Amino acid sequence: MQFKRSLLSLALAASVAMPISGTIISEAGAATPPNMLIIADRIDDLISLDPQEMFEISGTDMANNIYDRLVELNPADLSKGYEPGLAESWEISEDGKTFTFKMREGIKFHSGNTVTAKDAEYSIRRVIGLNKTPSFILTQFGFTPENMSETIKAIDENTFQITTDKKYAPSFVLNCFTSVVASIVDSEVVKSNEVDGDWGNGWLKTSSAGSGAFKLQNWKPNESYSLTAVPGYWRGDVAMKRVIVRHVLESASQRLMLEKGDVDIARHLSPEDVASISTNEDLKVEDTLRGRLMYVSFNQKDKALSHPKVTEALKYLVDYKGMTGSFLQGQWTIQQAFLPQTFMGELKDTPYALNIEKAKALLDEAGYSDGFDVEFIVRNSTERVEIAQSLQNTFGQAGVRVSITQGTGKQILGRYRARDFQVYVGEWGPDYPDPHTNADTFANNPDNRDEAKLIGKVAWRNSYAAKDLTTLTDLAVQESDREKRARMYVQAQKTFQKEAPIAIMFQKVDQSSMRANVTGFNPGGAIASAFYWPVKK
Amino acid sequence: MSIADSTATVERRGTSSPLYKIFKGLIAGLFSITLTMVGLLFVTFIIARVMPVDPVLAVVGDRASQEIYEAAYKAMGLDQPLYVQFLLFLKQVAMGDFGMSTLTARPVIEDVARVFPATLELATLATIAGVGLGVPMGVLAAVNEGRWPDQLIRLVGLFGYSMPIFWFGLMGLLIFYGILGWVGGPGRIDIYYEDIVPVVSGMILIDSLLAGEIEIFWNAVSHIILPASILGYYSIAYISRMTRSFMLEQFSQEYITTARVKGVSEASVIWRHALPNVMIPLITVIALSYATLLEGSVLTEIIFSWPGLGNYITNALLSADMNAVMGGTVVVGAIFVGLNLFSDFMYKVVDPRAR
Repeated sequence: MQFKRSLLSLALAASVAMPISGTIISEAGAATPPNMLIIADRIDDLISLDPQEMFEISGTDMANNIYDRLVELNPADLSKGYEPGLAESWEISEDGKTFTFKMREGIKFHSGNTVTAKDAEYSIRRVIGLNKTPSFILTQFGFTPENMSETIKAIDENTFQITTDKKYAPSFVLNCFTSVVASIVDSEVVKSNEVDGDWGNGWLKTSSAGSGAFKLQNWKPNESYSLTAVPGYWRGDVAMKRVIVRHVLESASQRLMLEKGDVDIARHLSPEDVASISTNEDLKVEDTLRGRLMYVSFNQKDKALSHPKVTEALKYLVDYKGMTGSFLQGQWTIQQAFLPQTFMGELKDTPYALNIEKAKALLDEAGYSDGFDVEFIVRNSTERVEIAQSLQNTFGQAGVRVSITQGTGKQILGRYRARDFQVYVGEWGPDYPDPHTNADTFANNPDNRDEAKLIGKVAWRNSYAAKDLTTLTDLAVQESDREKRARMYVQAQKTFQKEAPIAIMFQKVDQSSMRANVTGFNPGGAIASAFYWPVKK
Repeated sequence: MSIADSTATVERRGTSSPLYKIFKGLIAGLFSITLTMVGLLFVTFIIARVMPVDPVLAVVGDRASQEIYEAAYKAMGLDQPLYVQFLLFLKQVAMGDFGMSTLTARPVIEDVARVFPATLELATLATIAGVGLGVPMGVLAAVNEGRWPDQLIRLVGLFGYSMPIFWFGLMGLLIFYGILGWVGGPGRIDIYYEDIVPVVSGMILIDSLLAGEIEIFWNAVSHIILPASILGYYSIAYISRMTRSFMLEQFSQEYITTARVKGVSEASVIWRHALPNVMIPLITVIALSYATLLEGSVLTEIIFSWPGLGNYITNALLSADMNAVMGGTVVVGAIFVGLNLFSDFMYKVVDPRAR
C-alpha cells in the first residue's frame, strides 16, 4: 500500500497545475440526495465485519453504527464517558467483582427479535470463545472458555451478569464494555448460521446482526459499503436513510469529489488538499483529536541509551514545534504524555522543547560529550521517515550521529518486537476507551526478561522496567473512585515524562473535510469510532 | 512393394490422419498450458513467500498476542514446509478451489468474478479505441512517411508513450471532471446509484441496459469514458507505432513494387495488398496489448477508484493474501494463454497459408 501511496504522492508533485483547481472548479456541483450520506474514505483495511473479530479503523467505524453495546458513549459529548446503552442500569457487588446489568426493554434487532440478556450472554461469551485479536479487551478480566458459563450469564430475560477474577475499577470495566468487541449481536440469527462450532464467524464476517441505527446493505471489499437506516432507532432520529462509504485511495480524487458535491465528507485529504479547500465557502474542515500518539523510544539494552541523562538529553533534541509547524501541520499536535488528550486522566504538560545547549550539557554530564552513533529503525511511511530525518538533524547538532534504517512493517516490527534495535520511531493508538490501555503498554512491565515475551507492551519492547510505574498503574486500574483514579494517571504520566526512555511527541488530529451543510458528524474523538447516525444536512 | 513396406505406409498414414493430428495437438496444447500455469503459480508462490510482508500480521494485526498469532499461523498452514504448502495449493486449484481470501473473507473465485468484469469493460473499450484509431493512424503515417501527418502521428504516439499514466489520469480528472464537468468522477457510477442495478454480467454498462436503467447506463458511460480514453490513448500510441513500422516493412517488399509497376491504384496497394500482410503481426500486437490491459492498470484503477483486477492483485500481494494472489495470477495467465490461442486461430482466418 505504501508503494502505491508513494507513487501517487509523486503523481501529485508532478501535477503542478493541481493547486489552481481550488479556485477554478465550479462550485455548483450536483449535490447528493438530502437523506443520503456519502463518504469518501480509505476502507481497504476492512477484512471482517464480525464485531467480535474486527480491529481495524474502518471496520469499527462501520460496526459502531450497526451494533449497540450494554454501555455506550454519547456522540454529543464524548467527554462524559460511558452512559447506559442496551443496559439501562447496573449494580456492582460489594467486593467489586460482580456487575449486574438490567437490560433496556423493547429494543429490537434488525431481524425483529427482541434484545434480551440471553443475547448479551451469547455475545460476550462469543468474544471469549472466538478468541480473536480484540478479545484481550475482555479476557483481561479473567474470562476464559472454561469459566465463562459461570462468569458471563443471563440471570433472566432482562438481567445479565458478569463476574471478574478480581476487583477492578468499575470505570475500567465499563469503559471496556463500550468497545466494539463488546457489541451485542442477535444470538438467534448468528446461532442459525453457525458452522462446525465457529460461533457464526464465517457468516458474520460478511453480514450484520445488530440493533444499531443502520443495517448492512452491501459490502464490496476495497470498493464500498452501504448501510440502510432502521426506522425507530431508540437513541434518536436518524436523518440519513442511507450511508454509502466508498473507498477512494487518492487524496486528490477525494478532494475533487468533495468539491464537485459528489460526496458529503472526505476523510483522507492530504494537508495540501485541506489547505487548498479552506477558502471554499461551500466546504468546511473539522479538526478532531484522535487517540494515536507518535513517539520515539530508546532501547534500554543499549549502554549509552540506558543512561538517564542521555534519554533526558534526547527528549530535548526533538524539534516538536518545528515539525508541527511544517510537514506535520494540521495533522498532528504536540502531546508529551502517554494518554491522548480527552482521555480520562489526560495531562497536557509539555515540559520538553528543542534545546540543543541543554541537551549537550546533559550528554556531557553522562560522559558522552563527543556524542555516539545510533541506528533508528522506522517503517517506510513518508510521515515517519520525515520525523526520523528531523530527529537525525537535531540529534546531530548535539553530536549524536544517527543512521536511519527503513523497512516494511514486517521487518521493522519484527526487530522491535524482538528488542533488536536501538531507537524506534513509531505510532501507538489506544485499544479501548480507558486510560489503562496506554498505561498498560507504556508504563507497565511486570517482567523485563527476554523470556517473558510481553511483546504487546511498548515498555517491554524497549526493555524499560518501569518498576514504580508498574505498581502505580496496577493500583490505578483497581481504584473505584473515578476522580482519584484520574489523578493517579496524571501522576504516572508526570513520572513517565521524567524517567521513561520513551518520548511521546505528537497526537493525531483528524481533519474531516465536508460540505458546509453537513452537521453532527463525529469521527469518534480519541476514544471511539465514527458516528453516522446523528448526521443531518 | 514388399509387405513390410506397405505396413509401414499404413502406419504412417494412421499417424498422420486429421483426427490423430487434432488429438496430438490438443494433448500438446494442454500439456503446454498446464506446464505454463504450474510454472506461473510456482514463481508467484516463491515471490510471495520471499516478500517482506507477514501474512499472519496482515490478518491478526500488530496487537495480537503470541498465542493468537501462532493459532493463525497454524490455521493458515504456514507451519508446513514450503513444498507441502505449494502441493496442497495445487491440489485445491486442480479441484477448482482457490481458497478464501484473507483480506475479503470471501472465496477468491467470487472476488475475481466481481473485480474482473470491471477491468474487462474498461480494457475492451480501450482496445476498441486503440484498434479503431491506432491502425488507421499507423497506416496513414506509413503512407506519408517523413511528411507532416507522419510526424504528427509519431509525436502524438511519443507523447502517449512518455507521459506517466497517473499524470494523465489526474489531469484528465481535473480538467474534464473538476473544471468542465463533462464526465463523471472516480468510481464506476455516481455513489448514490450503488446497489440499484442487479449484478448479471458484472459489467455495469451491460447490466444497467439489461435492467432498463437508462439513466444509470448514461451515468456509467460518463464515468468510464475518461479512464477508457486514457488507457485507449496508450493503446493507440502503441498500435499506431507498430502498424506504421509493419506497413513500412511491407512497402519495401518486391510484390508491392510489382503491384505499383503493374499500375494497381495506391489505395488498392495499401488496403488490399500491404495491410492484409501485416495482419498477422498486428493481431499479436493487439492481443498482447489487450492482455496487458486485462491484467488491470493499477495506477489508472487507483486514480479512478476503479475496483478492477490490477488493484485486487496488488492489494493482495502487498498484504500477503496468498490465495488471492494465486487466484489472480491464474486468471492473468489464463488470459494470456487464451489470447494466444485466439491469435493462433485468427492467423488461420486471415492467412490461408497458416491453415
